[in-house]
Amino acid sequence: MKNKIIHGQVIPFNQSNIDTDAIIPKQYLKSIKKSGFGPFLFDSLRYLDPGDLSTKAKRKINPEFILNKAPYSSGNIILANDNFGCGSSREHAVWAIKDYGIEVVISTSFADIFKRNSFKNSLLLISISKNILDKLFQEILDSPNYELTIDVQNQTITTPSKQAYDFDISDSDKERIIQGYDDIGLSLMHKNKIEQYEKKMKQKKPWMFGKQS
Amino acid sequence: MKETLYDKIWNEHMVHQNPDGSSLLYIDRHLIHEVTSPQAFDGLNIEKRKIWNNKSIYAVSDHNVPTKNRLAGIDDKISKLQVDTLIDNCKKHDISYFDLNDINQGIVHVIGPELGITQPGMTLVCGDSHTSTHGALASLAFGIGTSDVEHVLATQCINVNKEKNFKIIIKNSLNDFISSKDLILHIIKTIGTSGGTGFTIEFAGSCIEQMSVEGRMTMCNMSIEAGAKSGLVAFDNNTLNYMLDKKYIPGKNHIDNAIKYWEKLVSDDDAHFDKELIIDALDVVPQVTWGTSPEMTVDVYGKTPNPNDESDINKRDYITRALDYMGLKANQDIQSINIDKVFIGSCTNSRIEDLRQAAEVLNGEKISGSIKQAIVVPGSGHVKAQAENEGLDKIFIKSGFEWRDPGCSMCLGMNDDSLLPYERCASTSNRNFEGRQGDKGRTHLVSPSMAAVAAIKGHFSSVVDFINEK
Ligand code: SF4
Repeated sequence: MKNKIIHGQVIPFNQSNIDTDAIIPKQYLKSIKKSGFGPFLFDSLRYLDPGDLSTKAKRKINPEFILNKAPYSSGNIILANDNFGCGSSREHAVWAIKDYGIEVVISTSFADIFKRNSFKNSLLLISISKNILDKLFQEILDSPNYELTIDVQNQTITTPSKQAYDFDISDSDKERIIQGYDDIGLSLMHKNKIEQYEKKMKQKKPWMFGKQS
Repeated sequence: MKETLYDKIWNEHMVHQNPDGSSLLYIDRHLIHEVTSPQAFDGLNIEKRKIWNNKSIYAVSDHNVPTKNRLAGIDDKISKLQVDTLIDNCKKHDISYFDLNDINQGIVHVIGPELGITQPGMTLVCGDSHTSTHGALASLAFGIGTSDVEHVLATQCINVNKEKNFKIIIKNSLNDFISSKDLILHIIKTIGTSGGTGFTIEFAGSCIEQMSVEGRMTMCNMSIEAGAKSGLVAFDNNTLNYMLDKKYIPGKNHIDNAIKYWEKLVSDDDAHFDKELIIDALDVVPQVTWGTSPEMTVDVYGKTPNPNDESDINKRDYITRALDYMGLKANQDIQSINIDKVFIGSCTNSRIEDLRQAAEVLNGEKISGSIKQAIVVPGSGHVKAQAENEGLDKIFIKSGFEWRDPGCSMCLGMNDDSLLPYERCASTSNRNFEGRQGDKGRTHLVSPSMAAVAAIKGHFSSVVDFINEK
């Protein structure tokens, strides 16, 4: 089986409950496309002036925000605290993270809907224990040029000092990350089963099918 | 095997078990709106895939729509394109769509139950996290992302992992003027915003048994704010009475069988729950959020927290940051917080009972001169019409509120209704995240009657005291 190794600078974003409204604010949800959200990732934290889809002027960068500080500005791995991605189900949040160039988010926990959306778009989420998370945050504080290597097939994270940690991932999510996955195509392989189920249920509870009036 | 309500609906809808432990679950109803569906239709087109069952889908525009001058149409070109795209997609695929001037139009989670599109025992999804609302009718409902919207359009199914069962028993009854909104905020304060992650929550106990179906919807609506994708309440006589006059319920030939089916939608005695929590309804007083997460909730008689009381440095930072964003000090009395705007609406609190509760407080009163704007946005055309029949609109307008057309409005401010930077709002919605109601805007979540009291006083104050003094 193929493998995927992700290597790069870590962006330490030490907050809990980072919500999808913060990841991509509502004014960008008016777009009917899937791409082009990267410049608006963490928009209200990243820029000092407000913006929306029609803003033409160059935005004022907030120099205090982590994504705008070297060496983190070149990072591709976010390290965040508990319950990342809570709130709105907007998949735009994942599209923005991916479009910006982030490949992995590491935290102790993720909100359920965000997690599904992420793997559907081959964004790798890694859950680790509070202990290890705190350790990584401390190590970055001590040496900001901090690069991790993530081996998806073997499920390991390796730190600059060659310390390796294991992480859990389901086989199907692993496949989604390594080679992409046509979820709809795979489900349609069960087309017959879905049709049989439907037939049975139309007998059992006909009122649930079709319009009533 | 004893089953919970969640187990029952789940097992009934399981089409196939995947090797990775997830299941292919059949979806009975699919609600779509303008914001999270365009990319899904696009995806179908690109792959040349067909829609499995267009009769299972109902569409409405709610997030992005103006709430005044409806007949003038949508001004903002980008918003208009999004709504027009939904209309085009519905035409092309022959999907039921409720137009902006249709009395059936409204917030997707208000119209589903109100029209009887949502029925007990169904599985229902929508590209929106507050789909959990529909669980109040003993249906398994949860929010999904756009890729899954596309998946359900194409297959009528979704691949999901089964969650664990969490039962929250609320014993006794709520005191007068304490609403289901106070109760759910109290619960979120108790278990935290990730307290329900990985679980489906069933709300039970005598307090829930006495609660109206609309009150239950407020509870289930905010179960996602506790991290649970779905909230549930068992079917009972309240549910039945609620259903019987709805537009799309089963026809004459089916209704008796449907009711027989619905009556089984309860957790078996002794069914296994992975987690249980007992809450005493008598402990609940009016709630106000002080911070930028729904778990940052206190009693109206309380104070903002002091970060220095926290030993954990992360938690200290979390509190400091929230106080800073909200422009509040540590140990500040909640009742001393002055507000600029008031918003009564959203899928949490825009139903007729919510409007009645607010109007009861506002009757014969005027809102404070310090309030810049106060708006009521009914959840649907039907709610609006019903309120006008009862004369509630007149009470609101007389007191100084604006009476608007249905939509999501200031809950997320995608249309013109939003907070200006640093404005402070008493809001009946469900999220107080940074920037939720407008860039740098400050949101305090409260019940409808608490929002009404805040409008009159210009600051937060207990509705119970207000009524007693009246
Ligand atoms: S009212 Fe608010 S929470 Fe409800 S669906 Fe609309 S935007 Fe979402």
